[in-house]
Amino acid sequence: MSDHHHHDHDHDHHEGSALPEIALRVKALESILVEKGYVDPAALEVLIETYETKIGPRNGARVVAKAWADAAYRDRLRADASAAIAELGFVGRQGEHMIAVENTPDTHNLVVCTLCSCYPWPVLGLPPVWYKSAPYRSRAVIDPRGVLADFGVTLPAETRIRVWDSTAETRYLVIPMRPADTEGWDEEALADLVTRDSMIGAGLAREPEAVR
Amino acid sequence: MNGAQDLGGMMGFGPVVSEPEDVRFHAEWEKRALALTLAAGALGHWSIDAGRHARETLHPADYLSSSYYEIWTKGLEKLLQGAGLVSAAELKAGRAIDPPVPGQRVLQADRVAAALARGTNYRRPEAAPARFAVGDAVRTRNEHPAGHTRLPRYARGKAGEIERVHGVFVLPDSNAHGRGDSPQWLYTVRFDGRELWGETADPTLTVSIDAWEGYLEPV
Repeated sequence: MSDHHHHDHDHDHHEGSALPEIALRVKALESILVEKGYVDPAALEVLIETYETKIGPRNGARVVAKAWADAAYRDRLRADASAAIAELGFVGRQGEHMIAVENTPDTHNLVVCTLCSCYPWPVLGLPPVWYKSAPYRSRAVIDPRGVLADFGVTLPAETRIRVWDSTAETRYLVIPMRPADTEGWDEEALADLVTRDSMIGAGLAREPEAVR
Repeated sequence: MNGAQDLGGMMGFGPVVSEPEDVRFHAEWEKRALALTLAAGALGHWSIDAGRHARETLHPADYLSSSYYEIWTKGLEKLLQGAGLVSAAELKAGRAIDPPVPGQRVLQADRVAAALARGTNYRRPEAAPARFAVGDAVRTRNEHPAGHTRLPRYARGKAGEIERVHGVFVLPDSNAHGRGDSPQWLYTVRFDGRELWGETADPTLTVSIDAWEGYLEPV
């Protein structure tokens, strides 16, 4: 799935426009749906604003930071991730059935959806384009260390690699390892160490020096 | 179906290109494609499984050369036509021609937050005991259905172990085709990397999938 765009014979009448064919195709679709009253234009704006500014990986970072700082919360997250994550108010579409998987010194977890783009929206927001792309979806299950190398991550040869292919409506959140030298940090400071990629397993949490 | 969506284990697509996490969209039309897909989905004419099937039935060459929001857009056009809400002539013209189908459940702006927060519960009551328990040895069926399935090709006919019992969930293979929920027990099944990829596989690798009971047989 490249950025290459096919020409489509259905839209020859748009030739000469500065917009790419797909942009015109989406515009046409929107016009039809609005004209027919099937979608509320104001709802479209709310949907975009929600996923552009409200629901993103900062939510997941708060879950991870709380799990690092609060042993009782970590236990609840292990026992019932959906309920533990809902305690922080992160619920709903594409996060209905959550599972938390924890990295340890022995084991590294990596999440993929080889069949489409399943991703835990309430905690991580919309998936990044690479997560939905053929290079990631094809290789994560057969060559996860190669994928990690693309992200600049090299793990010890003996580290066990656990790949989770999201083939059902269960959604996986990786709890990265807490960086050393962060004893006593509050949850807000810890959350600054938690990257989106670390919660997919494609990265590690930031070292404290990175945010000081 | 053995379509282009089933990518696990394919080769030749090149490296994964990461990007900063504050990048949400790459063009304005991507935002519109996202919003239209969610708003049209809220009309309630198709399930998430039917939506996935609409995308995976794109021609493989089209699927593989389209970005993900392009795939969503092309899938949405098919779904709208299949539901009788939009015609091919309208898509071609880029404007409404036929009168709208009345009685639609339109997602209003002030209902968006509640609808997103509610999500969809895919769990169903447990009508019969689970066939498998954690630790059981199982083998995935070697089946190649022409319709929708969530058992990836790389994990068919493979020996694994039940790692987790999730409960009873809607079966996509049925739901995608409007044949009802047909709920089944859902499990996480863990495979050794060498079982999937042969003796040269990374010896530290295990891969898990979520598999419905009908995808599995006892060993």
